[in-house]
Amino acid sequence: MNSVFVYCEIEDGHVAEVSMELLTKGRTLANELKCKLEAVAIGHNLDGIEKDIFPFGVDVLHIADDKKLYPFATLPHTSVVVKLFKEEKPQIALMGASSIGRDLGPRVSSALHSGLTADCTSLIIGEHEDKKQKKKYENLLYQIRPAFGGNIIATIINPDCRPQMATVREGVMKKEVLDPKYKGKINKLDVSKYVNDEDFVVEIIERHMEKSKVNIKGAGIIVAGGYGVGSKENFNLLFELAEVLGGEVGASRAAVDSGYVGHDRQIGQTGTTVRPKLYIACGISGQIQHRAGMEESAQIIAINTDPEAPINSIADYVITGDVAEIIPKMIKYYKANTK
Amino acid sequence: MKGFKIIVLAKQVPDTRNVGKDAMKADGTVNRAALPAIFNPEDLNALEQALRIKDKFPGSTITVLTMGPGRAAEIIREGLFRGADDGILLTDRAFAGSDTLATSYAISQTLKKYGKFDMIIAGRQAIDGDTAQVGPQVAEKMGLPQVTYAEEIQAIENGKITIKRRLERGVEVVKCSLPLVITVNGSAPECRARNAKLIMKYKHAKTVTELQVANDDYIQLYNDRPYLNIKEWTVQDIEVNMEELGLTGSPTKVKKVENVVLQSKEAKVITSSDDDINQLMTELIENHTIG
Repeated sequence: MNSVFVYCEIEDGHVAEVSMELLTKGRTLANELKCKLEAVAIGHNLDGIEKDIFPFGVDVLHIADDKKLYPFATLPHTSVVVKLFKEEKPQIALMGASSIGRDLGPRVSSALHSGLTADCTSLIIGEHEDKKQKKKYENLLYQIRPAFGGNIIATIINPDCRPQMATVREGVMKKEVLDPKYKGKINKLDVSKYVNDEDFVVEIIERHMEKSKVNIKGAGIIVAGGYGVGSKENFNLLFELAEVLGGEVGASRAAVDSGYVGHDRQIGQTGTTVRPKLYIACGISGQIQHRAGMEESAQIIAINTDPEAPINSIADYVITGDVAEIIPKMIKYYKANTK
Repeated sequence: MKGFKIIVLAKQVPDTRNVGKDAMKADGTVNRAALPAIFNPEDLNALEQALRIKDKFPGSTITVLTMGPGRAAEIIREGLFRGADDGILLTDRAFAGSDTLATSYAISQTLKKYGKFDMIIAGRQAIDGDTAQVGPQVAEKMGLPQVTYAEEIQAIENGKITIKRRLERGVEVVKCSLPLVITVNGSAPECRARNAKLIMKYKHAKTVTELQVANDDYIQLYNDRPYLNIKEWTVQDIEVNMEELGLTGSPTKVKKVENVVLQSKEAKVITSSDDDINQLMTELIENHTIG
């Protein structure tokens, strides 16, 4: 049985969070398919990287280690992955829906003529019957994602082409070590056989990477604002409430697009997925893409002028009214009750 | 100085950001007709980058290429109003049901037919699918390098282009030889407004299909002014393997589409009155959610 592959992103000598989450998911899928889980790590100075990878239950780790392969560049990484996939013929290949995975994934899928589904929110194994062709398929990867502005949830399959490729955002899948002592096999690739000179036409002349300063993923309380907050000034109220409660400020895509706050605070399918113990949604209508990123919050308070807002249907408390009026009251009564 | 030949890939999309209550039909399917069709936002950012190159390097030309139904000619006119030079509408029933790979194939075959160009600039992704796949897949099929998440084209010198990229956690400046494919991020500058003179010049630009319902006076005008001709290409105009188009050419299939049905849980509905808010905060403190 062909394997499940995960492309591991490397940043500063470490495996990216999203890749570890995908390794966890990959192990579950491999168990169900009764096949191996394999990983690919491409970069430089990767000695010891297996310690980050095997514990997720990886059976084979393919390593391409060369000075020219770090930092990530599209063409050389594509060449390594494409050749490796041609040799190993994975049935499923997963990548992070990150700046790297969404640059590399489509290029690889085009070279292999295999289907790719971006930004999946769920991956499960299922069957399919093509009634026209009278063909039955088993053990297909259902790639599930919101589409069409979040008004529908689509299940996508790749019946005939392999690998079945999907990208998934950080935080969507849960990261879980299978066994700290899990023993896999290392396959070191002879890099010169995988890349050629033309792969290096794009030269990186400057690079500034920052650690994400905003830690909304780890926050226990999130005060999130949407387009309905109305202005950057009103967002200050959210920051005040978050500070008082010891939480962080998040935002919907509409609020980020309107320039109320930075992109690093975006929650939802195209942002971060969060699971805080309390989520206060202010002026957020609650489109599916946003809900996909927060609906597992333990408690949800929705503050909205629209009593019919979709967010209300998943909320534990619904407050109908104006954010600018309600938040100062929350701050006031919180302070009054905790003295 | 000779300019650059730039192709902007653009898509007409339903405005999924403004989905009103009438956007869903009674049977629960999406009512596309109720959604306004717009120029995909990030493709406008791409057009702006092309226009800036044209400003800086006189003699540059911009061709807007779009694939879609007949009415997608609207966005070509929209491009002409903002400073593009001409447009190609790629339209054919054979493209219906194409996934990103089949779409990229059709576009790349069109580009091969088009001839020489210096760069292809496209938006990072379209708001109806949010896949960000067509740009890189076109690049792969054309055998060209790609620079994604572009925010600013900083320089073009000696056949090399310098581009600033906006990544999730930082920025990168890269240098690459022409030709190449660039996909532009939404954080790049917004597209300039339509130009009144260009609106006057191009408002009657039409494709051959649109021409069929025009009157004789207009046809005379159209014949006198070749720039009013928006090229309309079908599979007949490009070399394609029909097997690679549309549904047959698409490795991904939509197995199932479900409407988003909200399952309400029992929410406590409270007002914004002082008493209610006070009660809520007390409750949250008592059950240790906060405090």
